[in-house]
Amino acid sequence: MGHAQLPVVPSGLGATMRPDRWWVQPAIVFLLLSTFIVYATWAAFQGEHYTHGPYLSPFYAPELFGASSHAWFGPRPAWWPAWLVFSPALLILPFPGIFRVTCYYYRGAYYKAFWADPPACAVGEPRKRYRGEAAFPLILQNVHRYFLYVALGFLFLLATDVYKAMWFTDPVTGPTSFGIGVGTLVLLANVTLLGGYTLGCHSLRHIVGGYLDQLSRFPARKRLYDCSSCLNRAHMRWAWTSLFSVAFADLYVRLCSMGVWSDWRIV
Amino acid sequence: MATETLKPDLADTGASEELEPPHRQPDPPATATFRVWRGDREGGQLVDYTTSVSPGMVVLDAIHQIQADQANDLAVRWNCKAGKCGSCSAEVNGMPKLMCMTRLSELPLEKPVTVEPMRSFPPVKDLVTDVSWNFRVKTRIKPFRPRAPDAADGTWRMTQPDVDRVQEFRKCIECFLCQDVCHVLRDHQLQEEFIGPRFLVHVAALEMHPLDVEDRVADLRRAHGIGYCNITKCCTQVCPEHITITDNAIIPLKERVVDEFFDPLGRVLKVFSRGGKA
Repeated sequence: MGHAQLPVVPSGLGATMRPDRWWVQPAIVFLLLSTFIVYATWAAFQGEHYTHGPYLSPFYAPELFGASSHAWFGPRPAWWPAWLVFSPALLILPFPGIFRVTCYYYRGAYYKAFWADPPACAVGEPRKRYRGEAAFPLILQNVHRYFLYVALGFLFLLATDVYKAMWFTDPVTGPTSFGIGVGTLVLLANVTLLGGYTLGCHSLRHIVGGYLDQLSRFPARKRLYDCSSCLNRAHMRWAWTSLFSVAFADLYVRLCSMGVWSDWRIV
Repeated sequence: MATETLKPDLADTGASEELEPPHRQPDPPATATFRVWRGDREGGQLVDYTTSVSPGMVVLDAIHQIQADQANDLAVRWNCKAGKCGSCSAEVNGMPKLMCMTRLSELPLEKPVTVEPMRSFPPVKDLVTDVSWNFRVKTRIKPFRPRAPDAADGTWRMTQPDVDRVQEFRKCIECFLCQDVCHVLRDHQLQEEFIGPRFLVHVAALEMHPLDVEDRVADLRRAHGIGYCNITKCCTQVCPEHITITDNAIIPLKERVVDEFFDPLGRVLKVFSRGGKA
């Protein structure tokens, strides 16, 4: 099937007849994602100020090994290489990180913003060769659903962290009592937004029922599919709000731990 | 030739002048310049035409006005003027649009409005392109194959919720704007390897149909090249029928490909479940 290209086609990076500011959206995506990546990497390597009272930063949750009382298996393990900086977040962050990197929404967003592939709709690209996700390395994006399974587990653990964030130990007398602080609400908002993002994942929508052509024969799956589809319709909004919330939750715990902010007890 | 503004007969509707929206958009300038691509397979150029405009006009009206008054040989394909036939697809100010559904009030008329043919297809003349490649692609897709009739009278039964999902895909008017904006076809010219969003929607309509039993998943990966789609959602953005092409058609098909080729754990689990192509 021969296919002659239109003789007037402008080609090359940014070539377009669009008069609007098409570059604004990819520029904003580039800026926001870059800021998040820089902050998350910096925060992950700190290895301190990730807890404050009953609060645990979501970047460090679950804390498998570490110095705080939240650690499941005690301090830094002996098998950890001496030459490698240790931080509890390094054992955790790769999983939600890859979940987001392979997310269908983020894929489309960062292909535009970081690879200019294309930079925007109907705007020229810098490179001629293209394999998309049909070949290595981007064919590896198909692992998304496996990281979804891990993310669902993390979601449950983050929800238990919110519960734990409701129990405050008196530093003087010692007993633990129920309470709600601003930090509790920050962690609650974070897990809610993460829930909206994770439970509306395209892969989850498929797994719970989307793969069936006669879904009405399975009423429970139909309900799950409808719920996931409902969240999926705003997947982009969930993706961004949960990205902000997880970074802000870490920042909140960090600044409280450093004494820059004071956590206000509501109850 | 100016197009007259049609005003509804207020006496018939029972409405009064005062019921007009208080924040009415200002009228566009009385004239506007349209930079129209003129040419054929050998080449062409953008030619400026200034014509009168009036409230309510769409780009196709302006093109027809130019055709009538200034360029009688200007080629433009159109039919219904109602956004339902998909004939008047073009690129207005660089974005694929139906000319009949693009109001002049949405465009910055203080600058020339560029009107070009769809870039992903070979030009025939002026704004008319040869879209026959699409029809050849369609013949490569396995057609609908229903399961055995399940009713005593030799017919089938299916439920409305199951049909609802594929009904969205049946709204497609085959304007091919999604094919035009898709960078895999537009910039990389991979027509041999990739069937494009229009036909992924077509495959989704067949593959997710509650009666269909044909298996197109292997074709999706190999012959139809679904892996070339990198989910930029431009197809969804330009669809005049507002079909959620990427989220409801392409990604679910990608997930079916993952089921078949990239998820060994899921395949094992499905052996023990009631799933499959139910």
